[in-house]
Amino acid sequence: MSRNPDAAFAGETFAGPILRFDGVGMRYGRAAEVLKDVSFDLAPGSFHFLTGASGAGKSSLLKLIYLAERPSRGTIELFGRDVEAVHPADRPFLRRRIGVVFQEFKLLDHLSAFDNVALPLRIAGGKPDTYRNDVAELLAWVGLKDRMHALPPTLSGGEKQRVAIARAVVNRPDVLLADEPTGNVDDAHALRILKLFVELNRLGTTVLIASHDEDLVARSGQPVLHLDKGRLRTFGRGVGERAE
Amino acid sequence: MSEIFDPLRWKPAPLLPRRDPRDGSLVFVVAVLCFLACLTAIGALAADRATRGWTSQLTGSATVVVRANGAESPDAAAGRAAETLAGVKGVSEARALEKARAEALLEPWLGREALLDDLPIPRLVAVDLDPKAPATAATLDRALKAAGLDATVDDHSLWIADIERAAGIARWAGLGVFLLIASAAAAVIGFATRAAMAAHRETIEVLHLSGAQAKFVVSLFQTRFAKVAAAAGLFGAGGAAIIGAAARLAGGGQGLTPVLPVAWIDLLAVAPTPLLAALVAALAARMAARGLIGEMA
Repeated sequence: MSRNPDAAFAGETFAGPILRFDGVGMRYGRAAEVLKDVSFDLAPGSFHFLTGASGAGKSSLLKLIYLAERPSRGTIELFGRDVEAVHPADRPFLRRRIGVVFQEFKLLDHLSAFDNVALPLRIAGGKPDTYRNDVAELLAWVGLKDRMHALPPTLSGGEKQRVAIARAVVNRPDVLLADEPTGNVDDAHALRILKLFVELNRLGTTVLIASHDEDLVARSGQPVLHLDKGRLRTFGRGVGERAE
Repeated sequence: MSEIFDPLRWKPAPLLPRRDPRDGSLVFVVAVLCFLACLTAIGALAADRATRGWTSQLTGSATVVVRANGAESPDAAAGRAAETLAGVKGVSEARALEKARAEALLEPWLGREALLDDLPIPRLVAVDLDPKAPATAATLDRALKAAGLDATVDDHSLWIADIERAAGIARWAGLGVFLLIASAAAAVIGFATRAAMAAHRETIEVLHLSGAQAKFVVSLFQTRFAKVAAAAGLFGAGGAAIIGAAARLAGGGQGLTPVLPVAWIDLLAVAPTPLLAALVAALAARMAARGLIGEMA
């Protein structure tokens, strides 16, 4: 029996936070924990920055959310579901609701910028006619109108980053995670990208951005989750504060 | 450059590159191993045919040594023996070998200058037996004695057991070598495929994290590697078939040597090779992709 695709998750409603960490710890192999007793909730439609020094556990926390890693203890609830209880065959459908901008971009070098951005829609089974205009518009919006056909190896670091951002948001995910999304672009582009995230957030997407760009974080005025050596030290303004 | 790319005409590119320079070593390894396996298969079939030929030749014939008796000349005795044996049930044909033929058989031992006319050289009768119901040596012996002939029947039984044993060993050795090379080929194809898959780890990761189901990713890779291996298998099998055909053309039904008589039909043995190579590669790619996704999950 085949599993019911996206419908199993996309249409469901749930009460409470879109993301909940409860006493989460995480370690790689047998090494020391990189995340310790992390607890917080993210309300649907919220916008947060995730800050912390290099090695504080920002990327690891994001990996837990986009289901690339598993917690060594504690509970993570995504869209009201305990992710550990989700059947492995259903996990891809959860991932489709999460857009991720990876720090190292993770673009497929043999695909054009256009194909890279269209990838999530294609994987979700969309027909090209239904999304080709959206992809083109999005690429134009991130300033890559003239680079749609370009292969990633021919793109600059900033261009790659914008392709990665476009890919992460193209299917209007419920949750958008970004790991240092402005690390390779100038200030003007950084602001443009931030505006895109804010716009998506206004449309209902929950946004969590890992960044060490203190200026950007300050200018955004958005609440902050601050990690210090794997522990959540600060959980900013106005959201169900459960951490210390 | 923007005028070159028209989103309205855009068609999704293959998720995996059609050609990948990293596939070169995989194609080479698969092609060479398939070539060797096919060549071994053709050789094993030819060896099998040769060994069956040896035993059927021996079991399908007998030789009768006829000695002159009284006033009857050796040639007359041989002629009478051939006539007698031709009438025995289970004999297809019996013919007396001419004196010259008998002398030619003795020449290696006695030399060309020997006074053969002065020697009581026995005559030989070659007997072809009915392959379906061959007459036994005892039957032939009885018929010759009944005709008053002084003769000895040699049905090659002394040699047949040894020849059959040797033929069996040759047959099993051929099959064994083929199986060894075929299984080594399968193992190396599997290993090479897994190694090539490792180079695609990042692609798998991107697809996986973009929400692709495991079966979608696995299907992509097993199809791709099956195609690569099938093409390489075709090269290898084609090369072996060309060598086999050349051997057949050069030596007729005997191939390059009577020891390995190649038949055209033997070349069909290479036909399943691309499919088998594709299956092995697909299986290896499937396992490797599942393993990598398992690590990521």
